Amino acid sequence: MKSRKPSIPYIIWMVIFTMIPIVMIGYTAFTDKNGNFSLVSFSKAFQYTDVFLKSLWIALLSTAICLFISYPFAYMITRMKASSQNTVIMLMMIPMWMNFLLRIYAWVTLLQNNGPIDMALSLLGINGTYIGNFSAVVLGMVYEYLPFMVLPIYTVMSKIDPGLIEAAQDLGSNNYSIFKNVLLPLSVPGIISGITMVFVPSASTFLVAQYLGGPNDIMIGDIIDKIFWTDQNTGSAISLILMILIFIFLIIMNLFGDEEAIA
Amino acid sequence: MQKSAKNTIVSLKDIFIKFDGEVILNHINLDIHVKEFVTILGPSGCGKTTTLRIIGGFVEPDSGDVFFDGKRINGTPPNKRNVNTVFQKYSLFPHLNVFDNVAFGLKLKKMPKDEIKKKVTQMLATVDLKGYEKRAVSKLSGGQQQRVAIARALVCDPAIILLDEPLGALDLKLRKSMQLELKEIQQKTQKTFIYVTHDQEEALTMSDRVVVMNNGVIEQIGTPEDIYNEPVNAFVADFIGEANILNGTMIDDCRVKILGKELECVDKGFGKNTPVDVVIRPEDIEITSPEEGQLKGTVVNSTFKGVHYEMSVMCGKCEIIIQSTKCAEVGSEIGMRVIPFNIQIMNKMLPFYNNIIEAKVTNSSESENTFEFMLEGETITAKGRYFEPGTHVKITLPPEALSLAGNGVGDLKDVYIESVVYKGEHNEIILESDERKWLMTSDTDEQVATYVPLSFDFSKASFEVIDAVKED
Repeated sequence: MKSRKPSIPYIIWMVIFTMIPIVMIGYTAFTDKNGNFSLVSFSKAFQYTDVFLKSLWIALLSTAICLFISYPFAYMITRMKASSQNTVIMLMMIPMWMNFLLRIYAWVTLLQNNGPIDMALSLLGINGTYIGNFSAVVLGMVYEYLPFMVLPIYTVMSKIDPGLIEAAQDLGSNNYSIFKNVLLPLSVPGIISGITMVFVPSASTFLVAQYLGGPNDIMIGDIIDKIFWTDQNTGSAISLILMILIFIFLIIMNLFGDEEAIA
Repeated sequence: MQKSAKNTIVSLKDIFIKFDGEVILNHINLDIHVKEFVTILGPSGCGKTTTLRIIGGFVEPDSGDVFFDGKRINGTPPNKRNVNTVFQKYSLFPHLNVFDNVAFGLKLKKMPKDEIKKKVTQMLATVDLKGYEKRAVSKLSGGQQQRVAIARALVCDPAIILLDEPLGALDLKLRKSMQLELKEIQQKTQKTFIYVTHDQEEALTMSDRVVVMNNGVIEQIGTPEDIYNEPVNAFVADFIGEANILNGTMIDDCRVKILGKELECVDKGFGKNTPVDVVIRPEDIEITSPEEGQLKGTVVNSTFKGVHYEMSVMCGKCEIIIQSTKCAEVGSEIGMRVIPFNIQIMNKMLPFYNNIIEAKVTNSSESENTFEFMLEGETITAKGRYFEPGTHVKITLPPEALSLAGNGVGDLKDVYIESVVYKGEHNEIILESDERKWLMTSDTDEQVATYVPLSFDFSKASFEVIDAVKED
């Protein structure tokens, strides 16, 4: 039998920083301020059902848009020369080195009234407000999470043996059938990990909606952020519900693909 | 429809193709007949796979025409050609099981489901994979994957099956049994098989006809017997089976001189006193007493090979290999006899023996006794001779004056090794530079189809002034 000793530090790490916090969150969620068992936090949490639904909807929509943009993009990258591939991937990564908050501020500056976009469109005779609404939130989310969709899809696609595409052609496939019967099924693991990597963080994200959205565009992450200062029990209950929702989502995703793609 | 005499199904006419400035196929012509098992045989880099890919539609030639059943099919994509390929690496779809892999082509043809099922089941039985329908292809052994790949191509019922070294990844024993199986499948299905390999034994075992290729040209097309018994040149003789290839001189019709002895042969039409290559297969040499032999030699090595002994005999400076059921003792002197029919005469692969350069001296130094000239865009310095700049000289370099620079710095940088043939004494190597071919002899084995730097030894050269400098 293999020695388990080398894994001990990791196990300790996981116990301290994963297991114990989860247990603590669970404990806080099911108790009141005095530490007695109570379901009050949950009943308070369910006051935010609308926000839950809205958050999931924003996350889902952003994920879908990311997928829609990323899939053809990733495919195009795989068709480039190796050197161009690296350049494009690099260009996509560079904004991610910048602070998250800074990128959101950048969008605020771009979209605000009398900002560059507003000015440019006014010159063309189009007037409108581009910030403080639902679309701006989705735009911000797509911008934030796009690389997380492109990269896994690109990685999986670039590993598809070109011989398989030739084989499909040889057996009578036209371009559409190559896509449907070979490319798409073989890139499913990339799609699944892309969806997971975009949906999970975007469902629980905060600040994006605060800065780019209107008064009604508040996400569950923002609620947790606010409520935790005053009411840790309710905050924990909301977090727990969110965790369960994400867990259910992952199980559903699991039905579509390999387990490895999720992890 | 009009059909040519032998029912030609695929016809390649004057195919020429270049990749990155390198000629891959140099104006090749090839006709393939219906129901034929044709093998394209050659060393790696000879253009055999490209030829197959042109027929499959994966590569378009730069010039030349591809005909299929009399119709020109240049530009027709692979999915519209009535041809299926068994790929070198099988290229099975990893996300599909055995059944779905085989059914792939039929589903695209919109065949009814029950018919697909019937055909696939039948085909899997043909390739001996009954009951494997639901297996994942990644769980199959190499030989089984191979058979799935064959089934997948065959089930589409194409006019032609192309096979690109399909047995390359299998071990020897499996390869042998698959060779026979493939031949059997071909006979059962009555399809045209075009098979690409670098394994000469595979080619001889399976084929109706063999196409021997080297360096982008077809050297010979013929039945396995033809190719083995009547090779057209030293390359083919050397590539197919074992052979003693010797330099000889055709004295007259049916008279050839090798190793200083005049022998009788059956070949005619080479002219008088023509240098030729002579092939004698090791199994065609009979061991006799020294007095009775046409040639005499000393046995230097003998190895027992099961059915026969393989002996190496030194005949002067030249080594001759003999395979015989009789064993001659190492160190003993023996005689050797060959019947005229078994002496195969071939034209030399190059029309010259000495390498001749005609050049104009560009620069020279009397004190250092050197001169320079341009060759294929490079400046070459010849030591040991002085000519005035502007002189036209003819430099004759015998094959032994050429060498492959071991240190990587040669007079010509990238020269392609086209063939290496062992001639008993040395290897005779044919090289190709940008503009011409070169003949050199070497005692070391060189790797064919590689690029090497070439050096000239001008101390072994002879010089002749064609045209002295005219003062302006």
